[in-house]
Amino acid sequence: MTGRTPQQGFDPQRRRFLSAAAAAAGVTLAPGVTLYGVTAAGSAAARAPEDPVTSSVRWGLLVDVNKCRDGCNACVTACVEENGLRGNGRPETDAQWIRKVELRDPSTGAKRSLPLMCQHCASPPCVDVCPTGASFRRADGIVLVDKHICIGCRYCMLACPYKARSFIHEVVEDQKPYAPRGKGTVESCTFCVHRVDEGRTPACVEACAEAGGDAMTFGDLNDPNSRISKQVAAYVTDQIRPDLGLDPGVRYRNL
Amino acid sequence: MGRRLVLALLLLLAPAAAAAQDSDAGRVPLPTIVKGKGEACVADTAYMRRYHMTELDHQRDETMHRGVRTRKFSLKECVDCHATLAPTGGYVSVNAPGQFCRSCHDYAAVTIDCFQCHAARPGEKETKRAGAFPRTAGKFRQESEVQ
Repeated sequence: MTGRTPQQGFDPQRRRFLSAAAAAAGVTLAPGVTLYGVTAAGSAAARAPEDPVTSSVRWGLLVDVNKCRDGCNACVTACVEENGLRGNGRPETDAQWIRKVELRDPSTGAKRSLPLMCQHCASPPCVDVCPTGASFRRADGIVLVDKHICIGCRYCMLACPYKARSFIHEVVEDQKPYAPRGKGTVESCTFCVHRVDEGRTPACVEACAEAGGDAMTFGDLNDPNSRISKQVAAYVTDQIRPDLGLDPGVRYRNL
Repeated sequence: MGRRLVLALLLLLAPAAAAAQDSDAGRVPLPTIVKGKGEACVADTAYMRRYHMTELDHQRDETMHRGVRTRKFSLKECVDCHATLAPTGGYVSVNAPGQFCRSCHDYAAVTIDCFQCHAARPGEKETKRAGAFPRTAGKFRQESEVQ
């Protein structure tokens, strides 16, 4: 990953070059096994559309809470726009993939504002409880709902300690072609999987950078050269509810 | 006497029966297949008619679970190619009566569930980006632009 620089267009030439470079590096360095780990750019940007995702990548997101401004909603707006989450004016039941949470320490009055979304756990409870196998974790760490299989039982919503999932109560129309959504299924943040598969960053991350917040870093936690890995190694970061042992892919700094 | 009456009746009714048979043949109108944008579909028509759902089902699992995003049997590509432009501007849903998916499915009396969740029109962004995006553009769209 090239960090969170907003990549406006997609350059297939670059992708081809990167694929070739990755292949070449593999041949010269270590034929076979450690190829993807070695290549710095060997992330989604180098993955051809016909190649399946592998566990050599673990997508993660780091939020610097110090940079997240109280009152700024850019990430939420971007998510709604990107995934076509038009509500029906009923906040109790409208889908919500990312929300801003305000924290206040009552003893000191100190305030914190942070975005909260699906934490893309390594051991997701939503996957554990799903009776049909609709809720699943992709090899690269992105937790998704296969709505073809989802029966809308909402057990995953109960199991999720982050309250990250939404049930779709009403008929949805004019969906985005890359984000199918429909009544009777559960959904949540997908890390903008359609963008990630193209080598781009999630919409919220891009919007945060554009809004000047620069609070979100998206990247491959398995790649020691990625910006997120370097930051995670250099600074103390927190997972929310680490006591649950879920190993979320979303981490917070200065929480 | 009775036999004659029956014969007469038969003679009288024969043309009517023949006419009824004719109209029976045309009772269910054949679907009108709206032509797609390109020269040819990703596979030949007979194959696509019989196996499009098999291919779409397979592709959906590959894309959903393994992140494979090839375009050959992608539903999004079907819609991009087979949606027609409305005279008032914008695309008509492929699920609208008389449109590509619906006309055949109505004829065969098979419900389409795809578009309860999936977009039945090409996205604006996708359409715009198509020119600068060879994976989307493919041979089909480029040819249709030339035409």
